[in-house]
Amino acid sequence: MKDQKFWTVVAGLALVFIVYWYLGHPIFKSDRIVMFFAVLLMMGTLIYYIRVAERGEKIFLRTIPGLKAIEEAVGRSTEMGKEVLYVPGIMDMDQVETVAGVIILGYVSRMTSRYETPLNVPVSRSIVMKAARESCKESYLIEGRPDLFHDDMVHYLTDDQFAYAAGVNGIMNREKPAACLYMGKFYAESLILAETGNSIGAIQIAGTASPSQIPFFVTACDYTLIGEEFFAASAYLSQKPELLGGVKGQDVLKVIIISAIVLATVFRFLNEMGWMGWNVLDFLTIQ
Amino acid sequence: MSGTEIFGGWVAAFLTLAIFSYLYKDNPFYKIAEHIFVGVSAGYWTSMFFWTQIQPNLFGRLWPKLEASEMSGGLMSVWYGIYNVLGAVLPAVFPAGGIDKGHGMHLIYIIPFLLGIMMLLSISSKLSWFARWGIAYTVGMAAGLRAYGFLNSNVIGQIKGSAVQFVGGLPFFNLLGDSIFNSLIIVVGTISGLIYFYFSKEHTGILGKVGRLGIYFLMISFGASFGFAVMGRISLLIGRFIDLIDYSKAGYHHATIWIMIVMVALLGYSAFKEKQAPPPTTE
Repeated sequence: MKDQKFWTVVAGLALVFIVYWYLGHPIFKSDRIVMFFAVLLMMGTLIYYIRVAERGEKIFLRTIPGLKAIEEAVGRSTEMGKEVLYVPGIMDMDQVETVAGVIILGYVSRMTSRYETPLNVPVSRSIVMKAARESCKESYLIEGRPDLFHDDMVHYLTDDQFAYAAGVNGIMNREKPAACLYMGKFYAESLILAETGNSIGAIQIAGTASPSQIPFFVTACDYTLIGEEFFAASAYLSQKPELLGGVKGQDVLKVIIISAIVLATVFRFLNEMGWMGWNVLDFLTIQ
Repeated sequence: MSGTEIFGGWVAAFLTLAIFSYLYKDNPFYKIAEHIFVGVSAGYWTSMFFWTQIQPNLFGRLWPKLEASEMSGGLMSVWYGIYNVLGAVLPAVFPAGGIDKGHGMHLIYIIPFLLGIMMLLSISSKLSWFARWGIAYTVGMAAGLRAYGFLNSNVIGQIKGSAVQFVGGLPFFNLLGDSIFNSLIIVVGTISGLIYFYFSKEHTGILGKVGRLGIYFLMISFGASFGFAVMGRISLLIGRFIDLIDYSKAGYHHATIWIMIVMVALLGYSAFKEKQAPPPTTE
């Protein structure tokens, strides 16, 4: 109960809802009440932990092996005098993976500016190009090396999936980057990219939440950030309170979800044995 | 078979073989195919976006074709006056009398129109900060729009799907259908997988063991997914081979065979010359 302001607002809203409910709750769809409370629970948990992080309380995140490797990859490129190739996926900024990829790009570009390592970011969407440029520009300014930044380090290739893959392959073959980082939303081009990176001997680190593409990255890359690890990585690297608090909030939600799975399984068992009339599956079916 | 079809067959056979030539090494044929692919697709998608989205869905809603009486008077005449000026410059995009794509007038589309212009302002170093508004809108809109869907399918749906059956005459083990063993696998796999993605605590002790079990489950599922995708890729490869076989027939004047002979000869000659060239000297 440290955050009195938060709990006061929660209590106030709960009171308003109770009054509204007993007044006949007009325009409220009662068959979606599970979803209503799920949205509230999720929002409340995330807001609570973001506020915790913003107050400056320490939020512990365990080390993710792939994160350390990013620094090693940039270091290797620096030693070899070769560039770092960063691929932020093939989708637009409306995909959460692309957003996470651009956040990690900010961290990578800070390192490349610090070590004066060339950075090459081919993109397949115009909005991603703009966002990635802004992110890199900010990093180079923060590190006090705006002279090293140039717009062409983030450049557009094409919107077409396989044409983009062919273009990135060409860059890999001709410029032979020492490190290839794939962080974003990928589809069938993932193996084409990772195989080419492997053939040129680059250290490769991938991060994606696309379940069907993770196997390809796991096979061909040195390190892979799997699903949630990828999002946690963007929080861990940026150290922004809203992201760190978000990860902590999601962890708490995972515990709630695990409890819900166990309870739902037990309730289904009791219902099917005839020991309980209430059907949990009907309850969880959202209209 | 028409001359255009035969020419198309030759182009398709050349580009397919040029891409396959990458299996040997990076070479001029691959570079030609790669640059054609990237350049043509960039132009193609720009044109497609403009003529299937911007012109009919954006301009078509801002300046739809209306009756002459509806366009006259007050603000409407000013609005369509702007349109007429644009039409004088680009008549193909802004045809006389308004754009007839079956839409009514929706002035709310001024917002995406302005956001689009803000994105274009990034060409000016002084006004480039306007582009951030478009990015902010895209990210915020997508997050809000998808939150409900993800919560429904990935959270509530997942809880419901994991509440599996353990009674009702299920066999203990069944390789293909429902069984108590399979239900157990689903529950244990889901929970241990979730625990692997728990970041707020170091994975030691029982948490570490359950997390390790979770990553085993994940790796098994990745392996199955990998095998499935490889099978899909093999069928795509077979599709390309079938096309190449078609192009090698007399109707296409044996395009595949001729192109392959020329490519192999040129690549072989190039390799031979490279071998004969003296090694670079270092001081």
